[in-house]
Amino acid sequence: MMQIETFKYDNKIVKYFTIATVLWSVVGMLVGLTIAIQLYAPALNFGIPYLTYGRLRPLHTNAVIFAFVGNGIFMGVYYSLQRLLKARMFSDFLSNLHFWSWQLIIVCAAITLPLGITTSKEYAELEWPIDILITLVWVVFAINLFGTIVKRREKHLYVAIWFYIATIVTVAVLHIVNSIELPVTFFKSYSAYAGVQDALVQWWYGHNAVAFFLTTPYLGLMYYFLPKAANRPIYSYRLSIIHFWALIFLYIWAGPHHLLYSALPDWAQSLGTVFSIMLIAPSWGGMINGLLTLRGAWDKLREDVVLKFMVVAITAYGMSTFEGPMLSLKNVNALAHFTDWIIAHVHIGALGWNGFLTFGILYWLVPRLWNTTLYSKKQANFHFWIGFLGIVFYASSMYWSALVQTLMWKQFTPAGLLQYPNFLETVLQIIPMYVIRSIGGLLYFIGVLVMVYNLIKTAKQGKFVADEEAQAPPMVIAPIKYKKGLGHRWIESRPLQFTLLAAVAILIGGIVEMIPTFLVKTNIPTIASVKPYTPLELQGRDLYIREGCVGCHSQLIRPFRSEVERYGEYSKAGEYVYDHPFLWGSKRTGPDLMREGKKYPNVWHYYHMNDPRLMSPGSIMPPFAWLSENVLDISTTAKKISVLRKLGVPYPDGFENIANNELRKQADTIALDLTNAGVVVDPDKEIIAIIAYLQRLGTDIKAKKQ
Amino acid sequence: MFSNYLSSIEGISVFPVVSLLIFFLVFILMVIWIFRIDKSYVKQMENLPFDMEDENRKL
Repeated sequence: MMQIETFKYDNKIVKYFTIATVLWSVVGMLVGLTIAIQLYAPALNFGIPYLTYGRLRPLHTNAVIFAFVGNGIFMGVYYSLQRLLKARMFSDFLSNLHFWSWQLIIVCAAITLPLGITTSKEYAELEWPIDILITLVWVVFAINLFGTIVKRREKHLYVAIWFYIATIVTVAVLHIVNSIELPVTFFKSYSAYAGVQDALVQWWYGHNAVAFFLTTPYLGLMYYFLPKAANRPIYSYRLSIIHFWALIFLYIWAGPHHLLYSALPDWAQSLGTVFSIMLIAPSWGGMINGLLTLRGAWDKLREDVVLKFMVVAITAYGMSTFEGPMLSLKNVNALAHFTDWIIAHVHIGALGWNGFLTFGILYWLVPRLWNTTLYSKKQANFHFWIGFLGIVFYASSMYWSALVQTLMWKQFTPAGLLQYPNFLETVLQIIPMYVIRSIGGLLYFIGVLVMVYNLIKTAKQGKFVADEEAQAPPMVIAPIKYKKGLGHRWIESRPLQFTLLAAVAILIGGIVEMIPTFLVKTNIPTIASVKPYTPLELQGRDLYIREGCVGCHSQLIRPFRSEVERYGEYSKAGEYVYDHPFLWGSKRTGPDLMREGKKYPNVWHYYHMNDPRLMSPGSIMPPFAWLSENVLDISTTAKKISVLRKLGVPYPDGFENIANNELRKQADTIALDLTNAGVVVDPDKEIIAIIAYLQRLGTDIKAKKQ
Repeated sequence: MFSNYLSSIEGISVFPVVSLLIFFLVFILMVIWIFRIDKSYVKQMENLPFDMEDENRKL
């Protein structure tokens, strides 16, 4: 008879992450609701820079992705990993270090993003010191996870753990590659990549962040918590193997679908599309595997609110993973890109898949951690229905808004002119949809608040068990004999080999996709008239980044008749060679700014920045009055020039020493022009720099034409 | 248009073919794996989340 070992699961760390998940869900969604309302009531920023849409949007996305879902991942992993491996976490110290440093990162994000300290690369906005911190914390998490695997009592790794391992490996690769940047100051860095190259790296990252932060870890949670909640094993273990390997192998290739009709070579775009379509297979395999787990037990749904949440989550996963490939078809993408369709798409994923799965897990987990039953089933049911209704309101209004706006953008009159040449007209048309969206968000948020109350009450009526006792025999070294050959089980009991194989699977796709990324730079025909930014324009560009203008304005004119007619000559890859980082944007809440330069006089921009509605009645752009009050910080100019030269921007040697003289000269010219137009502004104000930048946009090509 | 930029890279057309081959190889290997799995082993694996080691883990 084998000796049975007694040990204790660490529930305290699970409790910490549970509380953090709940807390950050409220914060992240509240910020989301705020910016949703700001879109039709721009005055809601109260004239405070830190509360302006451009700065709050990245705060919302980061809070939801890394704070809410991130803590949700760790909550689920720390609970399930210990039980699946029949072992306490490797180190309590590392668990605690992981928890507190992750919260520190979130707090840093919550402080720096409203301050305008951002790299502007979506979901990777945090500046370089925080990037380094993230890397360190990830290493801590990895050591803790693999350490637990090493001291496990269960020889075989369950499918959930494969997903956790793939997540750890891939997120590390993604984060490091996309965050390569050269610091200027402690709070400012420039991306090592420029223009097209930067865009490719960023969307390789962006796509796979969705894949390996929002999807694979949550699939791992699904494979553990769904069978637990339904009290029956997963429908097909075989299918889960296919799901896992096909998914992690295919996902990494699909990134280029974010850059259709852009400067990316055609074959790479097509590769992205093809792999995106293929992704339907494993994704739906996973969805079917989840849903069929309930075969013959659907009646449980009537009673069990946990299962309700999970079933809707898995269905949302299926919808999202069908819609994604559809959006990667070029003809669909031509319509949907830059519109609210993408917002609807990500929120089906975030509210439906991530949100509802997290809520399901919380309702299952909290009563168990506190050794009690759920305080109120009724409230949980209310949460389910109001949350569900919220998603419906949210998604339907965004789809409608997207269709209306994209068709208006593309509508020509019989005479061949744009039917709606004024971009603002297309915005005013969809404002009611923005109102409905915020109502959807509000409903969802109310549901979350009810959940918070319910969970607190549950915890209060129970008694928390910090160290849960468990028993298991030690791991058997001798191989277990089965009738048939080696099969998949060889790899399942060898975490090291498994991790290597998973790393190879994700690296192949990554490398094949990245090679052209790194080659493309040398293959872009240089455009002789495209010159580096002047020091003033460079400072203006960094203000553009600080204010988060890229959240609403694209700088990428696609080669469509409707876009060329509206914005001017379509974008060339050679125009972006000095852009560290690229600022293509992903959403047009306002018009594209690629050819904004010289479209309007300086004074128009001055008035427009101070009060957009003065120049464009009905505009939903927030006012940026502080730009006319703040004095431009030019102490960084020389360092910025030097850093950019290191990155390959051809500023002549010694230019950094005279850069500020050049800057002042150009600022004086603009200030003089403003004075002549009747506006007296000191040339040292920030507004001058941003006007200089806006007036430069896209003019290199225009100049060539003359 | 943009699509011409990479056409100058030597042998670039082999990339999609290589990708396709790699994918097919991986996929076929996987299917072979799955068909070779023993049933009792599947039962053990899918029951890992449950505390039923006495019945299912035939140690």
